[in-house]
Amino acid sequence: MTTDQTGATVEPMLGAAPLELEAEPSPGRQTLWPQIPRPVFIARVIIGTAMAAAALYAPFYFDPVYNRLLSQAIYLAIAAMGLNLLTGFNGQVSIGHGFFYGVGAFTSAILMVDHGWTFEATIPVALVLNGIVGLLIGLPALRVRGLYLALVTLGLAVLFPQLATKYVEGTGGVALVRPRARDFASLIQGLDDDQWAYFLSLAIMAVLFLLAWNLVRGRIGRSMIAVRDQEIAATTVGVNLAGTKVATFAISAAYAGVAGSLSVMVDHVAAATNPIFYFQRSVEFLVAMAIGGAATIMGPAVGALALVLLRRNTEDLIEGKEILAPALYGAALIAIVFVLPEGLVGGVRRFLAWIGRRSSAKGRPPTHPIPDDSQ
Amino acid sequence: MQLFVEQVLNGIANGVVYGSVALALVLIFRTTGVLNFAQGEMALFATFISWKLTQQGLPVVGAIAVSMAIAFVSGAVIERVLIRPVETGRSPLNVVIVTLGMFLALNSLVQLIFGTDPQFMPSAFPSGGIELFTSNGRTATLQKGTLGLVLVLIAECVVLWFMLNRTKLGLKLRAVATNPDSARLHGIKAGSMLMLGWALSAAIGALAGSLVAAQRTGFDSNLMQTVLVYALAAAALGGFDSLWGAVICGIIVGVADALTIQYIDPLNGIEVVLPLALILVVLVVSPHGLFGKRTVERV
Amino acid sequence: MTHVLELEGVSGGYGHAQVLHGIDLTVEEGHVAVVLGANGAGKTTTLRAICGVVGVKGGDIRFDGKSLVGKSPEEVSRLGIAHVPQGRGTFSELTVDDNMRIGAINRKDKEVAGDLERWYAAFPRLGERRKQEAGSMSGGEQQMLALARAMMARPRLLLLDEPSLGLAPLVTRELFAHLGDLNKGEGLSILVVEQNANLALEIGHWGYVLEAGRIAVQNTADKLHDDEAVRKAYLGF
Repeated sequence: MTTDQTGATVEPMLGAAPLELEAEPSPGRQTLWPQIPRPVFIARVIIGTAMAAAALYAPFYFDPVYNRLLSQAIYLAIAAMGLNLLTGFNGQVSIGHGFFYGVGAFTSAILMVDHGWTFEATIPVALVLNGIVGLLIGLPALRVRGLYLALVTLGLAVLFPQLATKYVEGTGGVALVRPRARDFASLIQGLDDDQWAYFLSLAIMAVLFLLAWNLVRGRIGRSMIAVRDQEIAATTVGVNLAGTKVATFAISAAYAGVAGSLSVMVDHVAAATNPIFYFQRSVEFLVAMAIGGAATIMGPAVGALALVLLRRNTEDLIEGKEILAPALYGAALIAIVFVLPEGLVGGVRRFLAWIGRRSSAKGRPPTHPIPDDSQ
Repeated sequence: MQLFVEQVLNGIANGVVYGSVALALVLIFRTTGVLNFAQGEMALFATFISWKLTQQGLPVVGAIAVSMAIAFVSGAVIERVLIRPVETGRSPLNVVIVTLGMFLALNSLVQLIFGTDPQFMPSAFPSGGIELFTSNGRTATLQKGTLGLVLVLIAECVVLWFMLNRTKLGLKLRAVATNPDSARLHGIKAGSMLMLGWALSAAIGALAGSLVAAQRTGFDSNLMQTVLVYALAAAALGGFDSLWGAVICGIIVGVADALTIQYIDPLNGIEVVLPLALILVVLVVSPHGLFGKRTVERV
Repeated sequence: MTHVLELEGVSGGYGHAQVLHGIDLTVEEGHVAVVLGANGAGKTTTLRAICGVVGVKGGDIRFDGKSLVGKSPEEVSRLGIAHVPQGRGTFSELTVDDNMRIGAINRKDKEVAGDLERWYAAFPRLGERRKQEAGSMSGGEQQMLALARAMMARPRLLLLDEPSLGLAPLVTRELFAHLGDLNKGEGLSILVVEQNANLALEIGHWGYVLEAGRIAVQNTADKLHDDEAVRKAYLGF
């Protein structure tokens, strides 16, 4: 429990990251280009273009195995973005989004195997279905705050494999559904299957990220953030508390669902044989978000990529002692949090801001945020 | 009736396990405000240390005492080295990540250091059971080990409650948990109190793990995995506020679980729905858990 | 007249932003010193520097002749300085009684129980609410609690940061009446930082006006109170 300025007790908003919106449009006006110092702006454009170019060229440069890795980073990024909307921007902590991911995965897999659908058609179904499920779960979640919400969502992630085992009849009687590899064949001539998987995922990610960016900068996004930072104050300015929270929940669930669906294309399977698998996924979404930078737009993508590379490299590092991999992975997570408490994007931003200050404020004493209640 | 009593006894046997881990979780939360997801794995590590000591010839009680002492020190060190630097930072989420990182790392380290084979932990209590009553040729027995664990838990609760509520040290701990900055201004070393909170929880976890491992026919690195979710549920039910609440809710969760397995068939295979549903129902009715205190929010 | 507290050329602040630029300030034994100034002038930072919450980059702070620079807040408290911060520092989840006991936590004498009764008598509203959760009390009650809690430590010097913040005028008046009594009755040395200059100067002996981290004006409290030019320029009334 924390106390605010007046000494009153405030419920802990576990995970409420105090980072700002990427760009603050002036009140009432939605500007497309933000008011930030020129050098910083230029730097950002350069970085952004370089990253986009790299992303488009990558699948032609790397082999299928590595492309698969990158595709995994992409769907992880989508799930992390969904969670980012809920936890980073709206302050509701969930460590159970693996649940929606699982629902999305099995939806796609079952529709393909049992009902003969083409994969691409299953994606919207996963999205909508999870949006609805997210809505249904978001409603009772209104009554559950902070810490308790985290625990209930944890329970969901643990519940999913059990549900799947009970109700899904997959290969060999276990909760495992494996569509045929050729069902994922490339729809574009000239692109290999793994490249197609990458580009499809990338395109979907781009769309979803753009939507998220737009959402966050608009009125709804401001409502979300207001709810995160000061719920009571938000209601006094007319924010529909329940509506905002439930809607954010539903949207974040939909994102996770799409991620799950894409995972079936990338990994060619939907499985729930490992009881802690979906808990691990939930943790990964959270960690990707935090490492990349909560409440930022690029954060989830950067974090997801870092996580996937980290996982791969710790596995490669020790041959024979694979048991050690989680230990290294855990140690690396802790190290990153130590070194970059605001995540990678936060760290980059601070660096750019430092550049901006240096170049635009020659001679003037630098302005630096001072704690609120100081004199 | 017979079956019912047996299931209740089973439930209690499991429930004390959940309650003992929940106790450590609540203690650390009450004294430091942190939810330690790695609590189970820390207890696991200490349990293996106890086991190793018994292998070296130490009597069980002695081995447990030593591992508790080691856990105590380790808890303090972990707080100082891993948690404190991160907690003063910007995002509370980072502390959660550190505990999750510890969760992964500790489990893997245990497998690395102690191996993956199941081991046998000798019990600190006499074996055998106490016969409660017989009917239809079957006897409901309460295992002495379970009874022992219950008594240990009650003793822990009494000692901890006394320490927290009736001593200066306890007052300092509670002060730091509520408002560390103000506590410092009153001359309380906040850092030391946080370390103490972690140290105590680690020691309690060590005790819990060692006693629980002995209850089973064998234990390995999976000992705490399933326990954690139930322990978290028990702690949440209790409102994270009350030590007694954690233990009682642990038993409630255990008994409810056993009865569900026995009597509610549609939930067969998805029993974990139960602690979830319990939490939801209780929180909807009483937002601070069964035993939590009401806190007023002033705008 | 000895100085209980002496600040000499104190500079300090938060990281890049240095807030204080050479503060010279003294508190005489048994006196009430008042520090006034607009928001951002550095009033709270001064108190924090004394307590060791904020770093001092230059100058010295002496308490009964001993330097405080570099000491942690815990150490400063044990030396006999009680700080009532902005926001009152209430231990919200604990009872009023627990809050009071925290005030006396470092005392080794046997008179704690006696002091408790004494302060409950001095603040009857607290006495009525001993078992109540401190966070559920009103702002004024919490401020009284903060004061009583500070007194439980039997301090030599009392620091108060904007005690009137968020309080109704009547409650503020009552609060300052208490402070005045403590000063006259116990001979308690007080350093109070305030925006509500009027009431503070009435119980004060000496006043400082802070502006942009420097002392702009200092004089006896009476003279400051009556000086129209100062009042208009710095104190806004």
